[in-house]
Amino acid sequence: MSNEARALPGQGSNHPYLRSGLLHCLLIAASFVMLYPILWMLAGSLRPAEDLFGGGASLVPSQVTIKAYSQGWFGMQVSFGHFFLNSLLIATLATLGNVLAASLAAYAFARLNFFGRKLWFALMLGTLMLPYHVTLIPQYVLFLKLGWINTWLPLVVPKYFAVDAFFIFLMVQFFRGIPRQLDEAAQMDGCSPWRIYYKIMLPLSLPVLATAGIFSFIWTWEDFFGPLIYVSDMSLYTVQLGLRSFIDSSGTSSWNELFAMSILSLIPIFLIFLFFQRLLIEGIATTGMKR
Amino acid sequence: MAVSERSPAAAGNGESIALARSYREAFRRNAPGYLFLTPWLIGFFCLTLGPALGSLYLSLTDFDLLQAPNFVGFQNYIRMATADPKFISAIRVTFLYVILSVPLKLGFALAVAMMLNRGIKGLPVYRAVFYLPSLLGASVAIAVLWRQLFAADGMVNSMLAVFGIEGPSWISNPRYSLYTLVVLSVWQFGSPMIIFLAGLRQIPVDMYEAASLDGASARRQFWKITLPLLSPVIFFNCVIQTIEAFKAFTPAFIVSGGTGGPINSTLFYTLYLYQEAFGNFRMGYASALAWVLVIIIAIFTAFSFLSTRYWVHYDE
Repeated sequence: MSNEARALPGQGSNHPYLRSGLLHCLLIAASFVMLYPILWMLAGSLRPAEDLFGGGASLVPSQVTIKAYSQGWFGMQVSFGHFFLNSLLIATLATLGNVLAASLAAYAFARLNFFGRKLWFALMLGTLMLPYHVTLIPQYVLFLKLGWINTWLPLVVPKYFAVDAFFIFLMVQFFRGIPRQLDEAAQMDGCSPWRIYYKIMLPLSLPVLATAGIFSFIWTWEDFFGPLIYVSDMSLYTVQLGLRSFIDSSGTSSWNELFAMSILSLIPIFLIFLFFQRLLIEGIATTGMKR
Repeated sequence: MAVSERSPAAAGNGESIALARSYREAFRRNAPGYLFLTPWLIGFFCLTLGPALGSLYLSLTDFDLLQAPNFVGFQNYIRMATADPKFISAIRVTFLYVILSVPLKLGFALAVAMMLNRGIKGLPVYRAVFYLPSLLGASVAIAVLWRQLFAADGMVNSMLAVFGIEGPSWISNPRYSLYTLVVLSVWQFGSPMIIFLAGLRQIPVDMYEAASLDGASARRQFWKITLPLLSPVIFFNCVIQTIEAFKAFTPAFIVSGGTGGPINSTLFYTLYLYQEAFGNFRMGYASALAWVLVIIIAIFTAFSFLSTRYWVHYDE
């Protein structure tokens, strides 16, 4: 689909090669501008501390060193390894919850008949537009009463109740595309809805489950606001919180260490991007995800 | 259920048996659906609807997290409108951010999508490169990077120095600080671009061919074919990106160190809400702020939908 050649709309040019050459030059220049800041940060993280601003805007360090990585890693009382492990655990648990809970609800909406289905579906769509700020404070009070403040529970447990309606919506769209004959035949054979769900729907929905899982993981990994308000103990910090207190604790004296840790915090997302690019891009193109 | 021998009661019992059977029938029909829906239903009532109503109530109180809330009527809303210059700043900053960043972002997204939609070689590579910033952009690392790009001795000023221009400290100058965040948002034009690309693919090529045969210029084709046929996608992107822009938080927090400074110039609405709720523990006031945000977003969305009849084409 992505490589399919298309006629040039409305371009009756006599110099197709010149034109496409120019277009490539323009796009390459634009790509360079887009990636420059990230490459600059990467270069900065590899420079010796005293060279960071001496290097100006250039991408080539005068001298390559990974000292910033080793120093930044142990730059605070708790090492970044700990933060990475925390983030990984939270993101994995949250992703599992999102996929599991959203697929259950989506199966009910897409395939089962029950009283009030349309009403619930409309309410679910309504929550898509609701900014989370509206539920923020009562949720905080609820978690406070439950004694969940300064634990990971507020970051993970809500996902097991399919609070992020976006994933339900995404899966309902996909489930509706699966031929109904399959589950009707299974029903004839006496399959229960539960068996149909995990023997037929889930195996056939791997692409959408993967897409939801990947986005869920990335969003939880990048989430800053949730950990910011719920977690205060440094040993429970996520990578994002770790970076933030690294700014506060080191001031502007060790920017190369901050850069090094920032680069490391982006690596998991970058790897997911490398391996699952197609799923990410199709997910956005078909459902219009925000980022 | 046992059937009684006496006839009137038997009749009554027969009815109740039929009723019980129909209940059982209804249960059999509805139970699986509700069983599958249970996690979502619990989440909906306990984590969405309940809290939303709760914050509506709290917005009418002076709740401070420590003492029980006292009902104060519309005082929070009145204070916002009449006696809170910081609220006015936050509104001004946020609206300026939305008005500048959304059109620029969508403009870039559309322009690049159109360039990529010409059967160009290497499309997947370009698309990936342009999309990457959108994916990374929400993380703290990118906000850290931005802070340093536009610092007094940052990358941007080093570049300007090459041309002999001495740039200001963009981040700590209230005249420029918000614009650095606008640039950050525009830099993440990748995801609307992908949606535009998908939309452009839906436009039949023969429409352009027919227009070319009739001698329509490229510009005319853009205005008469591309734009009208793409208008539902433009509308969609516009609504989504505007809502997202209203909700922006992390970049302003990191760039300003959580203050919204210098002189409130990066005090995004959500940042102000955060400060009021978790800095000053004015939970009642912050709830009112949250509801005002909902109302702003709802009004904006309603107007967008109303405006569609003038510029969005849904036929074909």
